[in-house]
This record gives sequence, structure tokens and C-alpha cells, in this order.
Amino acid sequence: MKAAKWITGTAIAVALIAFPLIMERISSQYYLYLVVKIMIWALFATSFNLVLGYGGMMSFGHAAFYGVGAYCCALLLVRTSCPVWLAVLAAPCLAAMIGLMIGYFSVKIKGVFYFATLTLAFSQLLYILVFKWRNLTLGDDGIQGVPVPPFISTLDSYVNYYYCALIVTAVCYYVLLRIVRSPFGLVLATLRENPERATFIGVNVQKYRLIAFVISAFFSGIAGVLLVFLETSVAPDVLKWSNSGEVILMGLLGGMQVFLGPTLGAAIMVLLNSFVTSYTEYWGLFLGTTLVLIVLFFPQGVAGVIYEKLLQARTKRKRA
Amino acid sequence: MELDWSILFAQFISGLCRAMVLFLMASGLTLVFGVMRVINFAHGSFYMLGAYLAYSLTHVFAATPGSFWIALLVAPVAVGLLGGAVEYVLLRRIYSKEHLLQILLTYALIFIFGDLIKMLWGVELRIVNLPPILAGFVSLAGQDFPIYYLFIIGTGMTVALGLWLLLKMTTLGKLIRAAAEHRSMVEMLGYNVSGLFTIVFMVATWLGGLAGVVIAPTVRLSLSMDMEIIIECFLVVIIGGLGNIWGALLAALITGELYALGILVLEKYAMAFLFGLAAVVIILRPSGLLGRGVS
Amino acid sequence: MAILEVKRLSKSFRGVRAVAGIDLNVEDNEIYSVIGPNGAGKTTLFNLISGYHHGDGGHVLFKGKEITGLRPEKIVEIGIGRSFQVTSIFPGLTVFENIRSTILVTSGKGLSLFSTASKKATRESEEILSLVELLNKKNEPAGILSAGDRKKLELGIVLATRPTLLLLDEPTCGMSPVETSGTIQLIRKIAREMSLTVLFTEHKMDMVFNVSSHISVMNFGVIIASGKPEEIRNNKQVQEVYFGGPHAS
Repeated sequence: MKAAKWITGTAIAVALIAFPLIMERISSQYYLYLVVKIMIWALFATSFNLVLGYGGMMSFGHAAFYGVGAYCCALLLVRTSCPVWLAVLAAPCLAAMIGLMIGYFSVKIKGVFYFATLTLAFSQLLYILVFKWRNLTLGDDGIQGVPVPPFISTLDSYVNYYYCALIVTAVCYYVLLRIVRSPFGLVLATLRENPERATFIGVNVQKYRLIAFVISAFFSGIAGVLLVFLETSVAPDVLKWSNSGEVILMGLLGGMQVFLGPTLGAAIMVLLNSFVTSYTEYWGLFLGTTLVLIVLFFPQGVAGVIYEKLLQARTKRKRA
Repeated sequence: MELDWSILFAQFISGLCRAMVLFLMASGLTLVFGVMRVINFAHGSFYMLGAYLAYSLTHVFAATPGSFWIALLVAPVAVGLLGGAVEYVLLRRIYSKEHLLQILLTYALIFIFGDLIKMLWGVELRIVNLPPILAGFVSLAGQDFPIYYLFIIGTGMTVALGLWLLLKMTTLGKLIRAAAEHRSMVEMLGYNVSGLFTIVFMVATWLGGLAGVVIAPTVRLSLSMDMEIIIECFLVVIIGGLGNIWGALLAALITGELYALGILVLEKYAMAFLFGLAAVVIILRPSGLLGRGVS
Repeated sequence: MAILEVKRLSKSFRGVRAVAGIDLNVEDNEIYSVIGPNGAGKTTLFNLISGYHHGDGGHVLFKGKEITGLRPEKIVEIGIGRSFQVTSIFPGLTVFENIRSTILVTSGKGLSLFSTASKKATRESEEILSLVELLNKKNEPAGILSAGDRKKLELGIVLATRPTLLLLDEPTCGMSPVETSGTIQLIRKIAREMSLTVLFTEHKMDMVFNVSSHISVMNFGVIIASGKPEEIRNNKQVQEVYFGGPHAS
């Protein structure tokens, strides 16, 4: 089992590294762009999954952290003479702070429904704020022409940025994986499984949930930063409520109980989006219907089903 | 800041107006939660549909006098019927499932309805005209108010009274309240609780559609209406207590007034006051001002 | 000294007095049982002691210190471990992880974000698992365990919180006579080896009388009799209230 994992892992790593070089031969920049988009959404979805799949909390307003990360970085670069490295660090920190504020109220209130509605409300508030505060954010004109350092500029080619994004995403994944496998991650899982029991082994449920929320906000903010450098612009739409929905769907599609589940979901969704929007402007209809079908017939998601089958097979072998 | 009473009064009436619309929305949302333990995230979509239907009806019947009244009558009913269909076809399947899945289903409906409405009505902003009878102004305490405001306030209060009568006096109302407390008991007594749930959902969406029709002449209809109303609606329900209709009324009144008076202080960001209130409520009384209708 | 003192504890739910002025004292290393018919208020009493509910009045003292109104997490920290009538475990985690997570929390490492597998935690988890006879099942998902094994796992979780007082709510609920006897022996053995005090609620009379050093009988939220097993057995009031007709289990 372990050998298989190592081989698959290495194969994927090689594929990811070789991909742009192959694409350059075929000279298709679009696919490079698409894969970077997948990476961004995958990072967003994986960090969101810390809260959903591992923490058991369904936040409907995670677009807030993604968007805050993006806007903070863009604003710092466009409106101040802030060095790039500082903007890149400050943005997820601000996202984490917003996560702390939103999370504090959201975890305090008891009940799945309250949590869902409150997170949605907060995220909508930020969206409206960004729209109205024209002096700061230029409202729905968005911020264009974000200065990107030349070595990762996407002006001529996406290849350089591809590798940059790949490295950042890989590092973030590593950190998130360590967190998930740490004592904190295990205790967080107990919260998801049985919050009452968790309380009775001495866990302050609210504290743990809040910490998970803040960490998740931080990495979602990084995803937002990656987006800004890819598009060199940002618009209020990045905070739209529907982004929160998309990232939930990614978790559902790919499987929430598996670390790489949301990544699979992100890949599926980005590719689907690219495909569907070339035929119709009603992506929402497609998304909503898919979500309904999953909820009704397929709640464990693609990766979840595979994982379950593996688990069943393993248990059967043990019993035999 | 000198106290200009007439401005305060004007804002008070405007706040009352807003409160009534919020109440129409929040009562539906909280009713569904109280009885069926489901939060209908797509409640704003029904509201938006009501508004757009009002637009179409007033245009189709533009030649007929009283087109608005036709819309007022027909649109909410149409929305209610659609709500019934949604409950019957979709919601029923998920009552027994995890809360998370229930939330996701209604959330998915926002996407679906949003695009369907976009398909049918397009992206241009739409206008609904005031009915001629209500188009004028009336003078109260030295200020001129659109008569339509009073209409909205009147409608809200009538509905509040109607809901009270329904829930307190009629058998249906008693059944609804009983089912909210103890579903299995009501089932064992031989009542068709599933049918009851459908009726409740229809009433709730009817209320949402009504809110949409009522507000239509005062705003420009856009495809973002569903999410615009839903924040305040959620806040009202959180402040008032999920499942508690009177909490919804109280919270709607407070929220409406807070917003209206808040505009005097923070012109563009009056919404902040609402979040501030919600924050205070969450810390001090997490079940809401009047407690939850259900635990 | 009494390790647990309960004074005039009361709790009402919507006008129904679930617990109405309870006094009890549990001595160190005792095996103390609280019995009574369904609805007598036993679980509510446990909920009050363990911090799950806030009482309407009265005090709970643990080792002489006031713990009334403390949050449940704090009460666990202080050394009171609690099991539930409806077995409460972490179904999606493996048996091993169920215990290990508890050990990590108890040893204060729960918030550790980056450290790797702790050998000490692993060793302690395995000790507990062998104590409750589940070591051979350590990698199974807890959700597929049999009812009896689940109870054992829950006992293991409770023990992993390193308590000095065990509150066990119907620890043999739903078990066959053989399993019941086995579980009781296990609890007795563990209590003796680890010098624990046990306070439990039960339905099964023979089990209670054989094992307890002290019994309190509850009915309608009050204690109607309290004393050594022989005294209780001969108490007429208890016989009326509880035994009534044929032997109830």
C-alpha cells in the first residue's frame, strides 16, 4: 500500500513539473492558465476543508477570506509602495484576522443552521462593503494592473508563474497536511465526530473550532493572493457568495474526509466550468443542479466513495 | 447634533416600512425552521421571483386598471405553489438526512432559481409602477410620506395579525404548532404531517413572494435581489431567535428602525449597526431575544 | 473525606422538577450506585455533576472544592470522567485514535500543531486499550464495533482522561448477563488497580447489590433511601417503589 502511494505520488509530481514544458511545445497557454486556476481553487478548497471535512463546520462565507487575501494584496501593491514579499505576507494575515473576527461569533453560537447563516451574512457584508467603499477599493470597477514582479509575470507566458504557484501550493499543502496529521488535527476530528464526547474528554470545542477557522482563513487568503498575481487584477466578484458555494461543492465532489479530496473536486469543477461556460452562460443552473444531485444521491463524493470501498476491502481482508 | 424631530419621524416611518418587509420575509423563514427544522437558504429567491412576477403581471395587464392588485393577488400565490412543488419534489427527501445536506439543498436552489429567473427576465433592471391609488403623498406631522409606505406598513400588520389568528385559533394553526413541538406524536394521532409540512412551506414562500411584490414598486428589480435581502433576513432571524415568529416580528421592528436611524449617523454603512446588534445578541443571548421557538 | 459532595442540588426543565434537592456523599475508593426507575432523574443528576447542565440551586464539591457551574471541559480536567447511557464514542476514528486523541488532550498536547507521533502517547494508548481488552482491534473504525465493544471503548476513553472519579451512566445497558458480569468485573478490577472511585447508575438489581459499597435510591428527583446494600434490600419503601410486582431488570 505504501509503495503504491509513493509511486503514484512521484508520478503526479513528475507530471506536474513536466506539464508546462510539454504545453510549451504544443504552445497552448490556455491549459497552463487552467492548471494554475486549478491549483488556486485546490488550495482554497483544501484549506476550506480543514473547517468542513476535518472540523465538521459548514461555513458558507469562506469567499470572504479568499477575497480579503486578494484585495489586501492588490491594494497594497497598487496603492502603496509596499514591497511584494510584504504584501504577500500581509494579505493572508489580514484574512486570518478577519477569520478570527467572523469565527469568534460564528463558533460561539450553537447550531449548524446559525453557523451557516451567520457565515453567509458576514461574507455578504464584506462583499457589499467592498462595493460601497469606492474610495478604497474602487468599487465594482475593481483594481486593474497590479504590478507583478517580472520573473513571474504572466504577460508573455504562464510558465514562470505556473512554477511559482506550484511551489507555493506545494508548500501550503505540506503545512496543511502536517497540521491535519498533528495532535491538533486529531482532536479537531473528534469535534467533527462527536462534539459532546469531545467536550467530555476535556476539549474546549469553541477554541479548537476557532483556531481551525483562522488557519483555514489564512490559507484561503494565500489562494486569493495567487489569484491576484495570475489575473493582475481583482474585482468584487471574488467575494461573491457563489464562490463559497463552489468551494463547498469541490469538497463534496472530491470527498471531504480525504485530504486530497477537495483537490480532485477543484480539478473537476474548474474543468467543468471551462467546458460549460463555453456553451452557456447558465453556469449557476448547472452548479445548482449538480449540487442537488450530489446531496440527494451521492453525499460522500467521488473520492469518498473510493475511500469507503478501500476501507471496506481492508476490513474484509482483516476479518477473513 | 440638533434633534430634528420631523426627520427622525420620517426615518421612523421609513424604518417601520422596512421592518414590515423584513417581517414578511423573516416570518416565513422562521416558520419553516420552527416546524420543519430546515433553513431555506433560497428564501430570497422566492422573494425575487415574487417581484419579477409582479413586473410581468403589471406589464401584461398594463391596460387593465388595477394591474398591481392583480399582481398582488396572483404573484404570491404562484410563488407559494412553486414552493409547494419544491417541497414535494425535493425537500421531502432530505428531512431525515443530516442538517448539512439539508442546508446544501436549499443553498443549491439559490443557484438554480437565480439562473432560471435570469433566463426568463434577463439582466436589465426592471421597474414596477406604483398603483395609481397609492401613488400620492400624505402629510403626517409636517412631513410628506408616500402613501405606499403606509400601504406596506398596513400589509405587514395585517399579515402579522393573520398569522397570529391562524396559529392561535385555527385547527391548522394548532396542528402546525403541535407538529413543530412533536412531529411523531402528531403523526401517531393520524394526521398527515407530510402534507402539513407542504402547507407550511407554501405559506412561507407565499409570504416571501408577497414581500417581493410589495417591495417591487419601490426598488429597481435586479438579479442580486435574492442575496441582498437575505443578510438582513438572516440577521433578523438570528436576533429574534430561530423558530420564533414573535421574535421575528420584534427583531424585524428593531432591525428596521436601527437601520433607518442608523442611516442618519452612518450614511452608507448603516448595515454595520445591524451586525453590531447581532454580535451583541450572540454574546449575551445566543438563543435570540425571545429565545428559540424550538431547541 | 468524601471525594464528592452533592448538596441540595436541583434542576427543573420547563416546570418539571427532574432533580429536587439531592444530597449525597461519595467516599474515596467507594463503588457507589444510584438506582431508581426510569425518569427518576439519575441521568440529570450526572449531567449536573459533570457540568453538562447548570443547576437551579445547590452545590457540588469535588475533593472539597466547589465545582458547581464549571464548564464540562474543566470538570474533566479536574478529574471526573463520565460515560453516557447511549454510548458516546468517535465512530469515524479508529479504536486507537479514539484513545490517542483523549490522551493527547489530557496531556495538554491537543493544541500542538506540528509535532509528529508521540511515543509516549502511543504507549499510554496501548496500555489503556489492553486494560479494556480492545488492543487486538486497535485499527478498526470505531463505528463498526459491536455494542459491547463500544461500551468498552467508551470506558477506555473515560480512563484516558486520567480521572479520580468515574461517573458511569448505566454501564451495562443493553448487555447480556454474561457481558454484564464481565463488564462489572472489569470495572471493579480497574477501580481497584487505579484507585478510582466509581459512581454509577444502574437498572440491574443483582449486579448493583453484589458490587456496590453504598446505594442511593432515587424516585421523582429525590433520594428516598440511602445506605449499605442490605439496608436498601430490606427497605419497604424501596421495595414498593422499585420492585413492585415481578423482578424488573
